[in-house]
Amino acid sequence: MKLLALQRRMARAVMAPLTPSERMRRTAPGGRSMHQLAASFIKPNDRLTSFERLEIYNRQYWFRVLSSFAEDFPGLRAILGDRKFDAVAKAYITDCPSRSFTLRNLGSRLPAWLEKHPRFAGSRQKLAVDMTHLEWAEIEAFDGASGPALSAGHLAVAEPAKLRLSLQPHISLLALRYPVDDLLLKVRKEEDTAFASNAFAERRKRKHAAVVARLKPAAIFLAVHCHDESVYFRRLAREEFEILKALRDGKTLQRAIESVMRRSPLAPAERAGMVQHWFHTWASFGWFAARPAPGNRR
Amino acid sequence: MPASRFNSFTDYGVGIGLRAPHYHHILSRKPVCDWFEIISENYMIDGGRPLRILDQILEQYRVVQHGVSMYFGSAERPNRDHLRRLKALVQRTKTPWLSDHLCWGSVDGRYTHDLLPMPYTFEAARLTAQKVREVQDYVEVPVAVENVSSYAEYHDSEMTEWEFLNEVVERADCGILLDVNNIYVSSQNHTFDPMDYVNSVPAGRVAQIHIAGHSKYRKYILDTHDHPVIDPVWKLYARAIERIGPTATLLEWDDSIPSFDEVHAEALKANRFLTGAGLAKAG
Repeated sequence: MKLLALQRRMARAVMAPLTPSERMRRTAPGGRSMHQLAASFIKPNDRLTSFERLEIYNRQYWFRVLSSFAEDFPGLRAILGDRKFDAVAKAYITDCPSRSFTLRNLGSRLPAWLEKHPRFAGSRQKLAVDMTHLEWAEIEAFDGASGPALSAGHLAVAEPAKLRLSLQPHISLLALRYPVDDLLLKVRKEEDTAFASNAFAERRKRKHAAVVARLKPAAIFLAVHCHDESVYFRRLAREEFEILKALRDGKTLQRAIESVMRRSPLAPAERAGMVQHWFHTWASFGWFAARPAPGNRR
Repeated sequence: MPASRFNSFTDYGVGIGLRAPHYHHILSRKPVCDWFEIISENYMIDGGRPLRILDQILEQYRVVQHGVSMYFGSAERPNRDHLRRLKALVQRTKTPWLSDHLCWGSVDGRYTHDLLPMPYTFEAARLTAQKVREVQDYVEVPVAVENVSSYAEYHDSEMTEWEFLNEVVERADCGILLDVNNIYVSSQNHTFDPMDYVNSVPAGRVAQIHIAGHSKYRKYILDTHDHPVIDPVWKLYARAIERIGPTATLLEWDDSIPSFDEVHAEALKANRFLTGAGLAKAG
């Protein structure tokens, strides 16, 4: 068998979902007997059949990717509970296997996937999708790029009609339907109290379920960013969010502010002061990066 | 092999894998450690704390890069983004050589994140060697390929694992990262004499040696890197050092990680063999 054909055959078997009892399925993708398939390219030995040898890799694959997925999405687990979370993880990874050399990117397609597959989260679909957006943004903020920051002084002397500002690449701007930032912080705080008895884990699950059940929809705007090597969720006013989005989309400073403020319910007398305050805050966090030279953008 | 073109003519001693649970100890206590091995992929990122920690380590220690997902044996071409990021890290760490596994793990752009065994065929040796050469030319540092632990063998194989390793490294003209624990694990899983393997490796190409612990199950052994090194593996190590001479040696401990001092003490047991070999060479 040619190398590529062998690797395709084995990868298909290794990445095939396990049974509910975490064993290799007896039917291979395509309907063939897995015993026959394994025997077609893997040698048995005096202790293990071809099926059993292939099963070692099949199980290792799933244990590895599921463990990585669970580590990245504890908030989603708190919302869905263990059983539904496991179902989401297995279905998502089956549909969207890793296409990156690093498991860090395994969950990159989860928000879009969950949006398209509402049956997995049922009545908590919107909440669950919001949480996946936040948890993916957290991963991006943790090790995303940060360039040299522009200071408030740079901004003060610039000409607003011409100035275009780049946001640091690691920052995500999220418009969400639920206050999932509070929920995720609670989940993380409980995780940090690393006391792992079964009774404690059960109590924690019940507590999460109660917090999730009480959570009411409330539109929020968030910037997920990294400051001093820690990831923060910063709540934004709607206008702040929209100005930042407009700047990220490439509008000049003047157009970004004008287009947003035209629709703002803020009293005209307050607007200039608010905008000044926001820019001062954003600059103090280093959110604006020196714009890359044309032709040098990633 | 001390000071050869496969390790950029360096003379490293005993190191351990740089792991997150030890960051604080290393940066605050600054323990003596000859060198650290990093998992390249953990630092092939755009920014954040991991790179800042790495830079602090680099100020005080020698670092060698070890990869887990180049998949020299995958039939597909190397991933360009992977190569670009790997080279950027090489320039950051100034690693004298870099290593990755003689295995495959991705096909059609889908990654298993596992070290899957190669079929030991001449076609696979040719394609793998071509990829090693391509990577080596791109990153501009010597590349060493590591033998993996395996749990399956293919009907298609035309030679033993050590013959396949020799075939690849000769064709690629690259170095070897000889993992004596992996040799032991595979020998138990496939019923061969591990000394035959150690005795067949081209000594002049060995840039580095890995030692580690593993887990024994009823019907097979799994390479888990979560235990001390067992005596039969030390015996293979002793034989390897006897053949190759004092060689950069690295203890891998990736799960249930004990304190820095415990891991380092386990690694330093290698000095029993390295010192003897050094004296014998000098004599």
